[in-house]
Amino acid sequence: MGEFIQQVATGLATGSIYALLALAVVLIYRSTEVVNFAQGELAMLTTFIAWTFLTRMDYWLAFFLAVLVALFIGALLERVLLRPVEEGPVLNPIIVTLGLFTALNSVVLWRYGGDPKPFPKVPLFEGGPLSVGAVDISRANIGVFCTAVVIMVVLYLFFTYTKVGLAMRATAQNRGASRLMGIRVGQMLTLGWAMSAAVGAVAGMLAAPIVALSTNMMFGLILFAFAAAVLGGLTSPLGAILGGLTLGVVQNLAATYNPTESSIDLAIAFLIIVLVLVIRPTGLLGKRVVRRV
Amino acid sequence: MLKVSEVHASYGPVLALRGVSVEVPAGSIVAVLGANGAGKSSMLRAISGLLRPSQGTIEFEGQRIDRLAPERIVQIGISQAPEGRQIFTELTVMENLRLGAYTRNDGKEIKQDLEKVFSYFPVLGERRKQEAGTLSGGEQQMLSIGRALMAKPRLLLLDEPSLGLAPMLVREIFDIIKTVNEQDGITVLLVEQDANMALRVAQYGYVLETGEVALHETAENLRRDESVRRAYLGY
Repeated sequence: MGEFIQQVATGLATGSIYALLALAVVLIYRSTEVVNFAQGELAMLTTFIAWTFLTRMDYWLAFFLAVLVALFIGALLERVLLRPVEEGPVLNPIIVTLGLFTALNSVVLWRYGGDPKPFPKVPLFEGGPLSVGAVDISRANIGVFCTAVVIMVVLYLFFTYTKVGLAMRATAQNRGASRLMGIRVGQMLTLGWAMSAAVGAVAGMLAAPIVALSTNMMFGLILFAFAAAVLGGLTSPLGAILGGLTLGVVQNLAATYNPTESSIDLAIAFLIIVLVLVIRPTGLLGKRVVRRV
Repeated sequence: MLKVSEVHASYGPVLALRGVSVEVPAGSIVAVLGANGAGKSSMLRAISGLLRPSQGTIEFEGQRIDRLAPERIVQIGISQAPEGRQIFTELTVMENLRLGAYTRNDGKEIKQDLEKVFSYFPVLGERRKQEAGTLSGGEQQMLSIGRALMAKPRLLLLDEPSLGLAPMLVREIFDIIKTVNEQDGITVLLVEQDANMALRVAQYGYVLETGEVALHETAENLRRDESVRRAYLGY
């Protein structure tokens, strides 16, 4: 039982990184219907930028500066790269994000080199594991989980209680009607990209101490993040979070109680996704998209 | 108050408006009649800034608005309850109404206007926390009109408020349109297929055919006009 709880806790930590990345994907998808394939690389880039900051200042200052830079980069990408292709065929913006994937990877490789770099853990919970009864839970994992939860709560409050948050939700639903309300839809899309990049940056900084900071640090994670987003329903932020956490826990438990010699955790995690999608094609919390022609 | 002059507009290669001219005097209710595809909704979209005219001008209180962004047009006092209602189905009734007042910053008056909308449409007050998608068709229409009123317009554009509603509800909604016009002094430009109802509340009417004004007259004369009766009134 002790080990079970421990593994669930570890799963929640990895799961919250999936959840944040999935959230970043959903923030863009639900307002533009574009899957940003460069989401992971964007997070990787901003984590490298955070690493540069970290050589000059303390953790939290670097953390917040990196988030600010990510907001700016996200906004810039939407304005400069995505806006011009938005009116064209649906595939065009997707191709742009694929190109962005390669471009960001090359730029970081060129600037920072290919060696993995150490990245500090969240300094919120220092010291040895926390003992709860017979169970030891790693403080680093608690740090990851708590940081992710704080980000999610902040986003929830923003979308629920602010005027701009409401306008962003309106834009995601119906652009024409939003324009009639006087909402500047273009600005909302820019803001969506900016926030998505910022959430991705946080995910990157939480993941870097675990997977080591390198240009390919996101390859394993982003696949799960996309899977988590699909599992949650692609349009639902809450779904993305639930999807991410579920996936993290299932994957971890499958690895722990694996009766075979080979690693089946990936297979089991994806089996669950397939099952969910067969039963609920729109994902856990996704809404059926009704196209009015 | 509003002067649409010789406006041409198209969706890609499809010409929707070919030289439409319409005038709406302050304080009046003007109806625009016409069959499906005659260009009625396109005209309202052009006024709201969603469809850019390729030729012609649109003036509001002497100011040209045909090059303004939609949000500026809302700010200067024109709001619209569009075709097909276009409410935000996944947001609550209250959130829809708050979005109607998006360009305003006068918190106190927004609250008063909210109360006013609830007095016109009590059912919206009762369901303020409900998701808008769960409302009935008539309630959604009320929400669409209420949302447009929350912008505190001086000119209200209504696109087919009667569409798909039971006759009793249609009457109720037209009564409110009349109240809004008479008590709040809001000028109304009304696009309708239900010519009967529209000509009952309007003082003046235009008939659009394939993107052009085919006829314009006082509402009274239109009701008596043989061709209008046959084509749009059904008797």
